[in-house]
Amino acid sequence: MILNMGPQHPSTHGVLRVLLEIDGETVVRIMPDIGYLHTGIEKTCEAKFYQQVVPLTDRIDYLCPMTNNLCYALAVEKLLGLEIPPRAQWLRVLLNELTRINSHLVWLGTHAMDIGALTVFLYCFREREDILRLFEAVSGQRMMTSYFRIGGVALEPPLGFFDRVREFANRFPSKVDEYENLLTGNPIWVMRTKGVARISAEDAIALGASGPTLRGSGVDIDLRRDMPYSGYENFKFKVPIAQEGDVFARYICRVQELRESIAIVQQALDGMPEGPIKADAPKVVLPDREKMKTQMEALIYHFKIITEGFAVPAGEVYQAVESPRGEMGYYVVSDGTAKPYRVHMRSSCLANLQLLPKMCEGRLIADVVAAIGSIDIVLGEIDR
Amino acid sequence: MPLAPAITDLEQLKEHPAIARLRAWNSAAVEGAKFDREEMSIFIERSSIREACALLRDDPGCPFNYLSDVTCVDWYPSEPRFEVIYHLLSIAKKERVRLKVRLGNDSPALESVTAVWPSANYFEREVFDLFGIRFTRHPYLRRIQMPENWEGHPLRKDYPVEGYR
Repeated sequence: MILNMGPQHPSTHGVLRVLLEIDGETVVRIMPDIGYLHTGIEKTCEAKFYQQVVPLTDRIDYLCPMTNNLCYALAVEKLLGLEIPPRAQWLRVLLNELTRINSHLVWLGTHAMDIGALTVFLYCFREREDILRLFEAVSGQRMMTSYFRIGGVALEPPLGFFDRVREFANRFPSKVDEYENLLTGNPIWVMRTKGVARISAEDAIALGASGPTLRGSGVDIDLRRDMPYSGYENFKFKVPIAQEGDVFARYICRVQELRESIAIVQQALDGMPEGPIKADAPKVVLPDREKMKTQMEALIYHFKIITEGFAVPAGEVYQAVESPRGEMGYYVVSDGTAKPYRVHMRSSCLANLQLLPKMCEGRLIADVVAAIGSIDIVLGEIDR
Repeated sequence: MPLAPAITDLEQLKEHPAIARLRAWNSAAVEGAKFDREEMSIFIERSSIREACALLRDDPGCPFNYLSDVTCVDWYPSEPRFEVIYHLLSIAKKERVRLKVRLGNDSPALESVTAVWPSANYFEREVFDLFGIRFTRHPYLRRIQMPENWEGHPLRKDYPVEGYR
């Protein structure tokens, strides 16, 4: 029998349609069908100035907007050859790790809810709300932040912001203990996840998996540590690995990452350097509001950037960052004008979704739900 | 930090392990190379892309065993019009390399690399869908983002962006 799961189904995390060929309760063949959320962001980018693309990148993956901002900003800065001041880099790392926690909390809550543990969802969203309030304080927006700009960050964080982050960072590890108390030793959770949707390291590499999905199969790679960007080489953290390659292994990897991320946040708070938050490049970076009122040049540059954009030397760059879901990559091609010739996003979810048939074929329908949850997909990123 | 000029002379870049390996196998397969902004691009002759990928994947010295991405750039109206781009990553050595294949407008087609990396499946379907590049020997070359009955390939530069269709 052929069964349609989705596109409107609570446990497909968006508008994923999965075609299931089933024999009783057993899945014989499974085919994901995507494209319901395709909005043509890559095409839209070609008609915008470089700085106008930043708000579009938020909307690709609505659970980790800062990661997308960061990846795009890094790519364009590499094209321009811009040097970013240390304070901006550390702010970026701090907020990027908060974004990772935010994204993992949504994943943990919804994934546990799919499998039937409803309480975890409420616990996770309680802490997520705290992070969204921090985002609102720093950027004025809860979700579509657009806080990282080409050449630095938009604004200096408000007074008392770092104290609020520190208060959250001190409180958070005990909250992770709470989630683990509910799940890690829970026999029902273990039965639903251990040995389910197993994938070997060879298959995971061949099928293009990345992030916790790949590390859950025992492949030791994390772009933050191995190919550092934005000053990650200054931070000490462990990369959690699990060998089993099943749903439980991916769960353990992500929960450990929550703890590592909060450790990085603590380090960023302790060592936050003083100094400017924007690169010294008046033709690219918008001037401060105060300077515009007193200096003629600042006003002229502001006018020119807003009306004409800034030209980027011809060339191409592929910049990858470790997003909560895996390798997020931006391939930006410039032809020397003020608008990008081509922007392509390497979506980690699109590649991870290809693992689904390998994970589910020959198993029960109920395991499909657990498998979809464990690869942590965001359809906005898959379809773009 | 001023940008260093790009190196495009193949002779200067022949020491790079991937280029050396490819040239030792078949010197006609490498059409050119570019080293720009710390990133290496190698232009591959159209008919040898699958074998070149398999060779780089199985290279014992520096195995580029992970396919990060496949995409395409449309340089309309210049010829050759399309560039199909493969981003390879070596998980062991933490290195990246970019392979490029140039295709003309008349029949943009090349061999699929799904036999080398099954992960190319969705990436190539997306390039087919949005650019109209045909990948021969692909197991399931159908539209992936646009509806099945869609006409045209939206990411081509000559695709109209406004007005009624």
